[in-house]
Amino acid sequence: MTVLKAVKSRVKHPMDNLLRMDRIPHIWCPGCGIGIAVSAFAAALDKAKIDLDKVAIVSGIGCTGRVAGYVKIDSFHTTHGRAIAFATGIKLGNPEIKVVVFSGDGDLISIGGNHFIHAARRNMDMLVICVNNFIYAMTGGQVAPTTPLKAYATTSPFGCVEPPFNIPYIADSSGAVYVARWTALHVRRLTNSLVEALNKRGFSVVEVISPCAMYYSRINRLGDGLDMMKFYHDNAEIKHGEDTKNLDIGFQTKIIVGKFVDRERPSYLESYNRWLSEMKDGTP
Amino acid sequence: MRRLMRADPKGVLTGVHSLNGNQACVEGALAAGCRFLAAYPIVPAIEAWEWFLERAKDVGATFIQMEDEISALAAVLGASWTGKRSMTITSGPGFSLMMEHLGLAVMLETPCVIVDVQRVGPSIGTPDRPAQGDMMQARWGSHGDYEIIALSPSSPQEMFDFTIKAFNLSERYRVPVMVMADREVAHRKEEVVIPPPSEIMVEPRRYYRGAKSRYLPFKRDRDFVPPMVDIGDGYRFHVTGLTHDDRGYPIMTEECQEYNVHPLVRKIRRYVDEIVQVQEADTEDAEVVIISYGAPSRAALKAMGEARRSGVKVGSLKLVTVWPFPDKRVAELAKKVKAFVVPEMNYGQMVLEVERCSHGRANVVFVPYEEKGFEDDLLSAIRKVCQEKKVREGIIQYHG
Repeated sequence: MTVLKAVKSRVKHPMDNLLRMDRIPHIWCPGCGIGIAVSAFAAALDKAKIDLDKVAIVSGIGCTGRVAGYVKIDSFHTTHGRAIAFATGIKLGNPEIKVVVFSGDGDLISIGGNHFIHAARRNMDMLVICVNNFIYAMTGGQVAPTTPLKAYATTSPFGCVEPPFNIPYIADSSGAVYVARWTALHVRRLTNSLVEALNKRGFSVVEVISPCAMYYSRINRLGDGLDMMKFYHDNAEIKHGEDTKNLDIGFQTKIIVGKFVDRERPSYLESYNRWLSEMKDGTP
Repeated sequence: MRRLMRADPKGVLTGVHSLNGNQACVEGALAAGCRFLAAYPIVPAIEAWEWFLERAKDVGATFIQMEDEISALAAVLGASWTGKRSMTITSGPGFSLMMEHLGLAVMLETPCVIVDVQRVGPSIGTPDRPAQGDMMQARWGSHGDYEIIALSPSSPQEMFDFTIKAFNLSERYRVPVMVMADREVAHRKEEVVIPPPSEIMVEPRRYYRGAKSRYLPFKRDRDFVPPMVDIGDGYRFHVTGLTHDDRGYPIMTEECQEYNVHPLVRKIRRYVDEIVQVQEADTEDAEVVIISYGAPSRAALKAMGEARRSGVKVGSLKLVTVWPFPDKRVAELAKKVKAFVVPEMNYGQMVLEVERCSHGRANVVFVPYEEKGFEDDLLSAIRKVCQEKKVREGIIQYHG
């Protein structure tokens, strides 16, 4: 603690104004990829030159759900799976706010799956950053809707028997206008994707494949966090524009990464405002 | 002294209108400054947001039909943090789904109004039959300890008046406030008088006005409620549904649990005398008092008049706020009267509170709703309870 204080007093980290330094050290385990995703996000905010007073971040529950608590912007740590719904209210309440949802795979795709597909369908103006670690980590390593077939979890002791969701495919088929996937070690590419997505109108999704060095790794004997990060990175194949149907992730198989979708479609607010002005003019 | 402000004329449809309860509720909301509604289709609340949509374009209000009631209330909370007065409207099954975010609203101390147009249950029940079966759910529905405010209107006019009141209480105490209506009130069409904006007083949001660097989201005022800021105002604050300190940071210790949650309860209990409202008629000399709320109040007043004409001294205590319950007043009356008669469109919910507060000093008779209406049953209950020689234990229910 004293060392940390001494360091803090001398050196100012370039991200000090983006992070809640009074909350550091954070809760994430050594070897976890969430911190990398957060720093990529912070770098992207900086690069995109967005007024930090006009950005709000909303998280759900879980390890990634804690992100909102560490980023020094208007930040909300809400209920399990409902971050997108809460964020929808923020965006409609004040359309000037850039809304970011930062949460995990279990939160966004399992309990929050319905909100995810509907926000994508509406093309609600927000960026969703989904850290996918293939497991429920906060609760101790239960099987997730993203756990690859045959992978072990505390609630799949004989290997996962349910086929996992392919997150970019759900996002794409539900109507998202920007869909990308990177692994935790693709920091530069991830940051660039986040900058692009931040500047996009409509529903954007960036998936970040991250190791869970505590549960997913241990139960499946995959080494430490760095081993896993390297494995994901080295087994990633960059295929921009790949059909999202082909993005399934198996147990310790190749992972296709890249920017898969970047298209234009009227966002919810554009459509809503058009409807409103037509109603006012009386020209249906 | 806190200053109220005049209603924004944009939302006030001054005049005498023929409106159903649902429509009157929306007019009350718009008059109170509500500019955001998120909802999910459900009978018998549907007319409310159809009416809201009709009016939204003139008033500049935003509306969204969400994918379910869970997300509807979540969106309401998000919008409320942008400074917009926000509400949702639903019925029993949707109300059940909202319990999750009722808890979050309590924990984040987010002002919002939830209108529950009650219908019979359990589960799907019958969508267009009125009931008052959600009264205890309104009080205890979400997990954990908290205090809540709920109002119960008995006519379209009260739907208008109480919705304004609900928004005011919600902003004053930073607590979700529920309007516990029912199908009977919501679908009944009556004359509703909407006063000019200068006569509608609205509670302004409690904003923080100090230095930006010193803002703490949950630092309480002298009157126990923390002032708010809006998203986008540059305070860069954090709030969480976890047990938190004044900074809004999660601190999950026993001390912080007490520090965080005790005020959620105290900020209501401490002001219970300001919050609680009842309407009394002829209680001074009454031997029997009918305690009612919502639609059954209409039958209660009729029965009271009838009983008075036949020589029985009957009074009426109509609850405006059902939660917090008017403990003190009922306890006072229990010392004077022989009996309370409680009509409800359920199998006995608020009657439990009446019995609790009467401390065994007065008989408590429960009169459930039957197809033929309350009036005859009320009169017969009043006659029978007058013949009781002493206070009987528990809640009395006469049959036949």
